[in-house]
Amino acid sequence: MDFDFSEDQRLLKESVDRLIAGEYTFEQRKKYMAEPVGYSTAMWSQLTELGLLGLPFEETLGGFGGTAVETAIVMEAFGRGLVLEPFFATVILGGGLLRRAASDALRGALAPKVASGKIKLAFAHIERHSRYDLSDVTTTAHKDGSGYVLDGAKSVVLHGDAADRIFVTARLAGERRAPDGIGLFLIDPNTPGVTRRGYRTQDGLRAAELTLSSARVTADDLVHDNALAPIEHVVDEAIAALCAEAVGAMHAMQELTLEYLKTRKQFGRPIGSFQALQHRSVDMLVAVEQARSMAMFAALSAGEENPIERRKAISAAKVQIGRSGRHVGQEAVQLHGGIGMTTEYAVGHYFKRVTMIDQLFGDTDTHLGKLARLGGLFGKAA
Amino acid sequence: MDLNFTPEEAAFRDDARHFFRTAIPAAIRAKVAEGEGLTRDDMITSQRILNARGWAVPNWPVQWGGQDWSPIQVYLYQDEMQQADCPSPIAFNTSMVGPVIAQFGSDEMKQRFLPATANADIFWCQGFSEPGSGSDLASLRTKAERKGDKYVINGQKIWTTLAQYADWIFCLVRTDPAAKQQEGISFILVDMKTPGITVRPIITIDGGREVNEVFFDNVEVPTENLVGQENKGWDYAKFLLGNERTGIARVGNSKAKIARIKELASLEFAGERPVIEDPRFQEKLAAIEVELKALEMTQLRVVSDERKLKKGRQNPASSILKLKGSVIQQQLTELLIEVVGPYAIPYQRDFEGNNEPVVGPDYATEAAPMYFNYRKVSIYGGSNEIQRNIIAKAILGL
Repeated sequence: MDFDFSEDQRLLKESVDRLIAGEYTFEQRKKYMAEPVGYSTAMWSQLTELGLLGLPFEETLGGFGGTAVETAIVMEAFGRGLVLEPFFATVILGGGLLRRAASDALRGALAPKVASGKIKLAFAHIERHSRYDLSDVTTTAHKDGSGYVLDGAKSVVLHGDAADRIFVTARLAGERRAPDGIGLFLIDPNTPGVTRRGYRTQDGLRAAELTLSSARVTADDLVHDNALAPIEHVVDEAIAALCAEAVGAMHAMQELTLEYLKTRKQFGRPIGSFQALQHRSVDMLVAVEQARSMAMFAALSAGEENPIERRKAISAAKVQIGRSGRHVGQEAVQLHGGIGMTTEYAVGHYFKRVTMIDQLFGDTDTHLGKLARLGGLFGKAA
Repeated sequence: MDLNFTPEEAAFRDDARHFFRTAIPAAIRAKVAEGEGLTRDDMITSQRILNARGWAVPNWPVQWGGQDWSPIQVYLYQDEMQQADCPSPIAFNTSMVGPVIAQFGSDEMKQRFLPATANADIFWCQGFSEPGSGSDLASLRTKAERKGDKYVINGQKIWTTLAQYADWIFCLVRTDPAAKQQEGISFILVDMKTPGITVRPIITIDGGREVNEVFFDNVEVPTENLVGQENKGWDYAKFLLGNERTGIARVGNSKAKIARIKELASLEFAGERPVIEDPRFQEKLAAIEVELKALEMTQLRVVSDERKLKKGRQNPASSILKLKGSVIQQQLTELLIEVVGPYAIPYQRDFEGNNEPVVGPDYATEAAPMYFNYRKVSIYGGSNEIQRNIIAKAILGL
C-alpha cells in the first residue's frame, strides 16, 4: 500500500505541470481558443513532442505504456490549465477504443498515427434520447454487400469537428436497449452520407452533431461487432480521467479563492480574516481533498477487469467528483463576489468546466443510482 | 501507487482480524455493535486481553510496551479493531496520559504508572474542560497552590468522561495565576480517592451517563505527582491532543455500522419489501458510503505521508479526518433510526427495577439513544468549528 509516484510518474508530472504553468496561463488560453479550430495547433504539436498522445499505447506502437495513473497525472494538469486541445477525445476515448475494442492489426496501423499527432479521433455514442445509457443505440448498421450502411444521428460528439476518424456505435442486431448487437465502427467523416456540424460547448471546448444518412462503409470499418463490454471499460477509464481533470480544476478554484480571501480587503481588513469565510474556505478544501482521494481510487480501479467491482468504484468516484465539483465551483464564484461572475476572470471558467464534467458519461444521480443498485461499496460483513 | 497491501501487511491484517474476532468476548463486541454502554469490567477485560498480546499500547515507546509498527500497521490495527466491534483500549490511558508520562514524566513516575496504565490496573479520566473553559481551554481556572511538598487543588472540571469508573484523573491546573494564560498551567496526576473530590453525574440526552462534573475542594496532592515541569502543562496538553489523530476518523467503526445497517434493513419491511430494497434508502446509504470511501482514501494518504513525517509531527490533514469522520458517523446513526421505524420510539434503557419485556426487536432499542448520543462526536476533542479554525490557520494560512 503506498500513494507515492514512481520515478517515471514523478518526471511525467513535472514535465506536464511545467508545460501547463508555462504555456497554459489563462491569458494564453484565450489566444488558443481564438484560433480557427478552437484550440492551439502549436500546443497540439507540443503535446505530441512530449509523447503524451501515445500515453495509453504500448511502446512498440510509439506509445508510453501508461496506466490510468499516468493518465490521471496528465489530466489533473490539464484540468488546471483548462486545456482545449482534443486530447481526451483522441487519446483517452479514441485511444482507449483502439486498445480495448480494435484488432491488433487496426491498433498497429492507427496507434502510431495517434501517438505522432497525425490523426485525431472522436467517439460518437450519444443519441437524442439515449442520455447516459451506452446500450441505448437506435442508429442502425445494415449489411449491404461486403459493407454496411449506417443510418442515424449522434449528438454532442466531443471534438467531433476536429476528428479525422470517428468511432460510431450502430446497432447490428437486437432491440433498442439490448446489450448485445452493438457494432462499433470507425468511419471517415468525409464519407458520403455523413454530415457534421461543429459548435462550441459551455466550457469553451468543441463538439459536433453527426448525421448518418445511408452512409456506406466497408466491412473493415467495423471495429467490433458486439462492442458494449469494451466500450463500457473505455468509458470507465474515461470517467477516471475526467475525475482527475476535475480535481485539477477544483484545486485551481480552491487556490484562487484562498488567494483572493487573503488579498481582497473590505472594512479595512482582508476578507479572509472573517470566520464565516474561513470556514467556508475550509469546507472547499475538504471537498477538494475528498474528490482527490476518489479520483485516485478511480485511477487505481480503472484497470479492474471485474466489471461490477470496476463499476462500483468508478460510479462512486463520479458521485464524489460531482458533489465536490458543484460545491467547490459554486463557493468559488460566491466567495469571489462580482469578479467571479465575469468572463475575464478564470474562476468562472473552471466552474463551467466542472459543471460540464458532471454532465459527461453519467451525472451524479445516475452514478449514485448505479452504485446503490449494486449494493454499495461496503460488504454486509468484513 | 498501489492500493494493495504487501503480503506482510496483508498477513498482519488477517492476523489482527482473527485476533480481534476470537480473543475479545463476543458479548462485549455485541454491546459495542449495538451501541450499548460498556461496563467498567468490560473495558478492563478487553484491554487486558490486548495488553497480554502487547497490543494495548502500540503507540507507546517500545521500552514501555509499544510496538515499532509502520503507519500502515497502525492503520490496520485500528481499522480491524473497529470493524470487529472490539472496544478501543481506554483512550485516557493509552492515547492520552500514557504517552505524556512516557515523554515528560520522571523515571520513577514511568515505573510507577506506565505498566499499570497499559494493563488498565489504573483506570484514568481526563480533567481538562471546565464550565467556563471549553473550546477556549487555556482560560481554565482550577488552581493548584503549592504548600510544602503538596499542591492544594480547588476548582471544578466538567464533561469528565467515565469519571465514575476512574481510579485516577490527570488534570490541567493553574499554578501561576500571574503568568500569561498558557504559561501558568501544570499537568498533574490525582488519585480519585483523595479527600475533597466529589463526582456528580451528568445525564446526557440519550439517557446515558458518560460524563460528569468533578469538584475539587482543598484536594491535597503530593508534588511528586506533577508531570514534567511546573507551568509547562500547556505544552504537554498540546502534545497529548496532537497524538493519534488518524484513528479519529473512525472509518472502521463506520464500516461496521454500514454492515449493521444493511443487515437490519434486510429484516425491517416497508410495505412488500425490506427497507434495504427501497431505492431511496439505497441511495441515501450509497451516498454516505461514497463519502466514507473517500475518507478512507484520505486517511490512507495521511498514513502514507506519515512515513515521511518526523515521528510525533502531526499532519494537519488529520483535522479533515475528524471533521468528515464525525459527520459520517452521525449520518449513519440517522439511517439506523430510519431503519427501525416506529420502534425507535420506546425508551427502554436499563434502569433499576426494569423487568419489562422489550418492545419491538432487540436491535431497535439503542437506535435512538445512539443517534442522540452521537451528536457528541462533532463536539468533543475540539468541536468541528474548532477543527475548521485549525485548518484555516494551519493549512490555509488564513
